[in-house]
Amino acid sequence: MWRSCLRLRDGGRRLLNLPPAGLTASVPRAPARAYAPPTGGFEINLDHRKLKTPQAKLFTVPSEALAIAVATEWDSQQDTIKFYTMHLTTLCNTSLDNPTQRNKDQLIRAAVKFLDTDTIWYGIEIGSSTSIMGPSIPAKTREVLISHLASYNAWALQGIEFVVTQLKSMLLTLGLVDRHLMVEQAVLLSRLEEEYQIQKWGNVEWAHDYELQELRARTAAGALFVHLCSESTTVKHKLLQD
Amino acid sequence: MAALGSPARTLRGLLRELRYLNAATGRPYRDTAAYRYLVKAFRAHRVTSEKLCRAQHELHFQAATYLCLLRSIREHVALHQEFHGKGERSVEESAGLGSKPVVSHVASRIAVRYAMDCVT
Repeated sequence: MWRSCLRLRDGGRRLLNLPPAGLTASVPRAPARAYAPPTGGFEINLDHRKLKTPQAKLFTVPSEALAIAVATEWDSQQDTIKFYTMHLTTLCNTSLDNPTQRNKDQLIRAAVKFLDTDTIWYGIEIGSSTSIMGPSIPAKTREVLISHLASYNAWALQGIEFVVTQLKSMLLTLGLVDRHLMVEQAVLLSRLEEEYQIQKWGNVEWAHDYELQELRARTAAGALFVHLCSESTTVKHKLLQD
Repeated sequence: MAALGSPARTLRGLLRELRYLNAATGRPYRDTAAYRYLVKAFRAHRVTSEKLCRAQHELHFQAATYLCLLRSIREHVALHQEFHGKGERSVEESAGLGSKPVVSHVASRIAVRYAMDCVT
C-alpha cells in the first residue's frame, strides 16, 4: 500500500511523492517545489483513492507537515486499522466535519469552562485557593483569555479544546501552546495527584502506564495540531551579495 | 522556554520511531515522505552559529512534540496488546498464575504485575 499527498495549487495537482512500494530508491524524486503560500490545501491519497472524512467530505488539511503526519499514521497501520492510535486523523476529521456543529464561540466557552476547576495555578491575577472549590476567577482575566483564544482559527481552537479536555486545565494548555511546557511536563503536572498516589502505593503498569501513554499521545497530537494549524511557514533565502 | 536538548538527538529519536513504523511493512524508512520532510526541515532550519533563533526553537519544539506523539502511541499500543482486548484467561493460564510471576516485556524495566498479587 502506498500513500501520497497531493498539493492543490494553480488548479493543477502535483504528486508530492512518487515512489510506490516495491520500487527501489532509483525512482526519481518529486521535483523541487517552490513554496508559494498554499491556496488550496493538502489531500491524502490512500491506495490511489482520495481519503474522505466520515461524512464523506474530501480530507483536506491546511499544512503540508500535518498532511505528511496523517499519511504516516495511515502508513503505519498494519493488518487492522486502529483508530485509537490515529489522533491526528481524528482531529482533522472533527475539524472538517464538525459533527457537533459548534462555532468558535462555543468552542471557546467549552475550553474556558475548565478554568473554574483548574488545579494548576500561577500568576497573581487568578490567585490561589486551599478549598475544594477553587478561587473565583476575575471577570477581567476571563475576558482577556477569551479574546486571546478568539485570535486562533477554528482548526486551532478545535485542537486547543481537545488538549484542554485531555489535561483538564486551561493554563497547562496555554503553556503548551505557547511552548513554555513540553508535553511530558504538561502531562506530569496534570497528573500530580495520580503521580503522588503512584509514589505512595506503587505503579500498576496496565492502568497507570497505559493511561499515561494514552494521555501523552493525545496531548502531543493536540499540541502539534494547534501548532501546525496556526502557523504559516515561509522560507526566505538570503540574497547573495558580491 | 522548555528545555529541549540538542536537535540532533530529537532527529535521531524521530528516525528511530520511523524505523519502528516501517519495520512491519519492510519498506525502507528512507523512502517515506515523513523521512524526507523531517530531514529537509531540520537542514533548512540549521543555524551555523550560537544564535538564539526563534524559528529553530519552534521547529525543534514541534519535532519534540511529534517524537512524543510517536513514542507514546508505540508504547500505548504495546501496553494495549499486552494487557487489553484478549478476553478471559484460559484455565491453564489462570492455573499457572500463582506459580511464576509474569515478567512484562513492554516496559524497559522489569516489573512484576500487581494483578498477580490480587489473584493469588
